[in-house]
Amino acid sequence: MKTLNEFFDLLKNQFGEAVIELKQDIDPYIIVSADIMDKLVEFIKVNDDFKFDFCTCVSGVDDANGTKSKDENGNDVITGGTLSVFYHFRRLFDDAKLIFRVQVPRENPKVKSIANIYRAADWHEREAYDMFGIIFENHPYLRRILMPYDWEGHPLRKDYQNPEFYQGIKISYN
Amino acid sequence: MSLKTEELVLNMGPQHPSTHGVLRLELLVDGEIVKNVTPHLGYLHRCFEKHTEAMQYFQVVPYTDRLDYLASMGNNFGYVLTIEKLLNLKVPERVEYIRVIVAELQRIASHLVAIGTFGIDVGAFTPFLFCFRDREIILNLLEELTGARFLYNFMAVGGLNYDLPDGWTEKVKDFAKQFRNTIKELNDLLSFNKIFIERTANVGILPADLAINYGISGPMLRASGVKYDIRKNAPYSIYDRFDFEIPVGKGLKGTVGDTWDRYFVRVLEMEQSLNIVEQAIDNIPEGDVKEAIPKKIKPPVGTVYGRVENPRGELGFFVVSDGGVNPFRVKVRPPSFCNLSVINEICKNILVSDVVAILGSIDIVLGEVDR
Amino acid sequence: MGLLDKEFNDGSFILTSTEQLLNWARLSSLWQMTFGLACCAIEMMAASASHYDFDRFGVIPRPSPRQADLLIVSGTCTLKMALRVKRVYEQMPEPKYVISMGSCANSGGPYWKHGYHVLKGIDRVIPVDVYVPGCPPRPEALLEGLLKLQDKIRKETLVKKEYENA
Repeated sequence: MKTLNEFFDLLKNQFGEAVIELKQDIDPYIIVSADIMDKLVEFIKVNDDFKFDFCTCVSGVDDANGTKSKDENGNDVITGGTLSVFYHFRRLFDDAKLIFRVQVPRENPKVKSIANIYRAADWHEREAYDMFGIIFENHPYLRRILMPYDWEGHPLRKDYQNPEFYQGIKISYN
Repeated sequence: MSLKTEELVLNMGPQHPSTHGVLRLELLVDGEIVKNVTPHLGYLHRCFEKHTEAMQYFQVVPYTDRLDYLASMGNNFGYVLTIEKLLNLKVPERVEYIRVIVAELQRIASHLVAIGTFGIDVGAFTPFLFCFRDREIILNLLEELTGARFLYNFMAVGGLNYDLPDGWTEKVKDFAKQFRNTIKELNDLLSFNKIFIERTANVGILPADLAINYGISGPMLRASGVKYDIRKNAPYSIYDRFDFEIPVGKGLKGTVGDTWDRYFVRVLEMEQSLNIVEQAIDNIPEGDVKEAIPKKIKPPVGTVYGRVENPRGELGFFVVSDGGVNPFRVKVRPPSFCNLSVINEICKNILVSDVVAILGSIDIVLGEVDR
Repeated sequence: MGLLDKEFNDGSFILTSTEQLLNWARLSSLWQMTFGLACCAIEMMAASASHYDFDRFGVIPRPSPRQADLLIVSGTCTLKMALRVKRVYEQMPEPKYVISMGSCANSGGPYWKHGYHVLKGIDRVIPVDVYVPGCPPRPEALLEGLLKLQDKIRKETLVKKEYENA
């Protein structure tokens, strides 16, 4: 079974500059750039050294590393900075794992979708779009999954303000 | 002269007796044959992930109970395991043993509900009453331990909130002896019943490679022939000390991966859980269950992914910490969410009543699909 | 067969008021509409099962709103679901009663502070007769809520009353 460093070197040989860094952590991950995501995923599914067949989880994270300011009502607004997407992959026969991280700018968050290659990522990407506003290009059917279809805003962003009314029903407690 | 036909959009709406909660299925039917199924979710979205960002690490535990409300001990277990991995904390042996016993009892209770409600969906009303009668015995045991019937708030980061009362282990041993007869009774009543087999065999066949591509886990994956269980392949806590088997679907009454297999794997798993409980209950070491609970939880900066084998599949918690007392981001990877996404693929060209049987065998809990 | 079985030797009369008769008929066979939304639904199912039998009070679960006269809303109601709750309530024929079961249906429950998608109590969309607190309430608590509803029905009247203090 290969170690994470060996996987990282193989990927760097194949994709060059787009594979950016191996970050050490309690669960270490590899930072890659957003536009090679679909080719990378196809490679790790098919290549003999990798053969990762199980996509466990795709999750969005709001890094909140831009500049914080206040708008006219006194609410927090974050401009600049990035949003991240974490991908977790596993191999069933020996339980090896690979984690990738992609960082995209907050104002124009676009990532290539992997839903056609791993069907498990389909609904996870729809949820990341619903909660954070990250747009997955070439996704078969990108629309909101948990919130109502006419909801405005992306709830899990750090500068999200709760609306007052929804179709005539008062939302807040008091 | 040919007859003009049209396809009809039929709504199995949010309020329906057999959708196991508030799920809306939009069926495109041609007569009685179903051509397409589109699930619409979000009717129970309770903003769990937003709540975790506003409270401290130990305050999140009661909210994790309410995710998969039929397996609350398993949810607690997953969350506290992830935070202990983040803090690199070791818990006493007594705590490990009690956690495993309680998680396996919860697995039996959860499978009883799954079997009972599946019976009602295909028309058998009596197994539901039998299953709930046995579930009440387990709930009485757990109520003596924690004080609540089914949303326990039992595990804390680093230990447990309560210790075992006197005489509890004897009651569990009596229950284990008597439950084996109940499983035999259930098999006679439902599993090998001719009508049940006609209704469920060869219906909703899920091949193994499709299951792996869709991220399916738990009894649904094992019923398709893939032998993968986190308790054996990547053991957490003290599961590597116990001797138990992993039941896999073999296609006894139809093909491998059909609805009957998914149901029967759950019955066999209940028996294996009894084996684990009987092995663990005699060997609980002495100790203090609260000694390793930290006074203040302030983990280092980093990300961690922890997972457990819940009765419905792999429950994962992805926690991002920024060094503060509140979590920065907690993402829940729910097993029912991933298991439900395959429903369009296995419901092609079947009758409307088979959709109900397939949905019952997938065994979803809307609290964790929508969070 | 009930209270009046074999009380009389040969055919006879019972003297009562119309209100008492109608109220007794209504409260003895309240058919409930199964509207379980979340965790409280499991306690409602356990109350209907054999241990804490609901059937001895005359309560049978009916899946369709057109055939029911009691709506037990059990579990968290979200904004997406609130519109459907209102529609189901309007589909039930008169006389109809509503029991709100659990903290989430009473006032939003543990999700009252940061729940952007949670309806803080179903009395914002439909009128409620009895509130049963708990998270989740025990089946015995739900039975007591039902008995209180029966008391409320017993006191109902057909006559419009003039109120002295408006």
